[in-house]
Amino acid sequence: MPGFLGLVRRDLQLALHHSGDTALVLAFFVLTVVLFPFGIGPEPDVLARVAPGILWVAALLAALLSLDRMFLPDYEDGSLDLIVLSRLPLGLAALAKIVAHWISSGLPLALISPALAVVVDLEPGAMPILVISLLLGTPTLSLIGGVAAALTLGARRQGVLLSLLVLPLYVPPLVFGAGAIEAQETGGDPRADLLLLAALLAAALALAPWAAAAAVRQATE
Amino acid sequence: MLSRFANPARFVRVSAALLPWCAGVSIALILLGLYLALIASPPDYQQGEAVRIMYVHVPSAWMALNVYLFVAAASAVALVWRHPLAEVAARAAAPIGACFTFVCLTTGSLWGRPMWGTWWVWDARLTSVLVLFFLYLGYIALVNGFDDPARGSRAGSLLAVVGVVNLPIIKFSVDWWNTLHQPASVLRLGKPTIALSMLAPLLVMASGFTVLFVTLLLIRMRTDLKQRRIRALQLDRLTPAPAPPHTESGLPARPVAAREGI
Repeated sequence: MPGFLGLVRRDLQLALHHSGDTALVLAFFVLTVVLFPFGIGPEPDVLARVAPGILWVAALLAALLSLDRMFLPDYEDGSLDLIVLSRLPLGLAALAKIVAHWISSGLPLALISPALAVVVDLEPGAMPILVISLLLGTPTLSLIGGVAAALTLGARRQGVLLSLLVLPLYVPPLVFGAGAIEAQETGGDPRADLLLLAALLAAALALAPWAAAAAVRQATE
Repeated sequence: MLSRFANPARFVRVSAALLPWCAGVSIALILLGLYLALIASPPDYQQGEAVRIMYVHVPSAWMALNVYLFVAAASAVALVWRHPLAEVAARAAAPIGACFTFVCLTTGSLWGRPMWGTWWVWDARLTSVLVLFFLYLGYIALVNGFDDPARGSRAGSLLAVVGVVNLPIIKFSVDWWNTLHQPASVLRLGKPTIALSMLAPLLVMASGFTVLFVTLLLIRMRTDLKQRRIRALQLDRLTPAPAPPHTESGLPARPVAAREGI
């Protein structure tokens, strides 16, 4: 456990050191959302109708943007080999890196989302659901992304490959995340979608670190 | 059993004997199936002649799923036992599976136009098959994405095993979400809800597609093995002469091939 927390702390310190990366993710999120009113038109009814989808797709793309930083710097400077050799089980080490990635990208996205919800005229009553769905959904995105990031270590054109692998697997969180907000907006019950999001998170939490560890091992072999 | 077929030379011998039979059987089955489907079977009482699209659409959909299962199983064998032929098989099967998925999607779209009045709907079954198609593409891109082919194969194997979670979602999507695509009518508990005159050509086509897959797989695997052999022979020819000549500085001169990394 101390090794796990130590690794999380180290990665967070590194993320803080390069805080430009997190800022870039947030800026990308803001800019993507702001682009939609230009494309769709400023009518509040239309925007409110598509707001859940816009917010979720933008958050998903922003989370994708920083995925290649999860393992690549450590792979390039050799720290990943030391992590593999350390006494910490590799599954836990992978989980630590994924947690650190989520704290430095997914969590800030969820926290600033209410500000952007105002821009696209999301109904104020749906804002708590937006934040909850992002808090439940973005860890799943980081977990799935961690597997893909580890698989593509050392590949040519890692960025493009990463998005090709990850985007199809991001469909379920997107469907349920946007579905929960829409249910709240249209007077339905968002609980079913939120529970499914939580189920996805539980499944990914159990499987993804293990798969990411296997991928890291074959990359450093 | 596993190790008996791990020898590529034996595989090449056995597959050479099997290949003409497989090719012949698949052509015969598909021709018979096409005759039964296009001429001998009755039109549907509701869908008319358009129902004949089913005889291509449904078998290719089955193949799309089964080939993915095959890729995943071969990948698991490659990961667990480092079976040399399993990796070759998984890599060779993926593009065939992607083609079946593409055929399934296009015929479904052609069928949907007269029946549902639209080329495409965001129905659960359609969407999940589209995701399967992207999964195939991702696997192919990942396998070819590394300079070292061995790394690509291993990374691809892991991805294929991880992607299996998608299969039950596709299979049961029509039962879980009650959407436009009709539920399963052949592989279900109890009796199939399809008339025998339509079931027979469907099954003939399905077995024809399966043997076609085996034929194409054998051809692709043999090609892959031959390409590797050619590469190995080329590398052999490029290996330098036994004693490297010394240069004036006293340092051994490195052979050109090694420096260029050919």
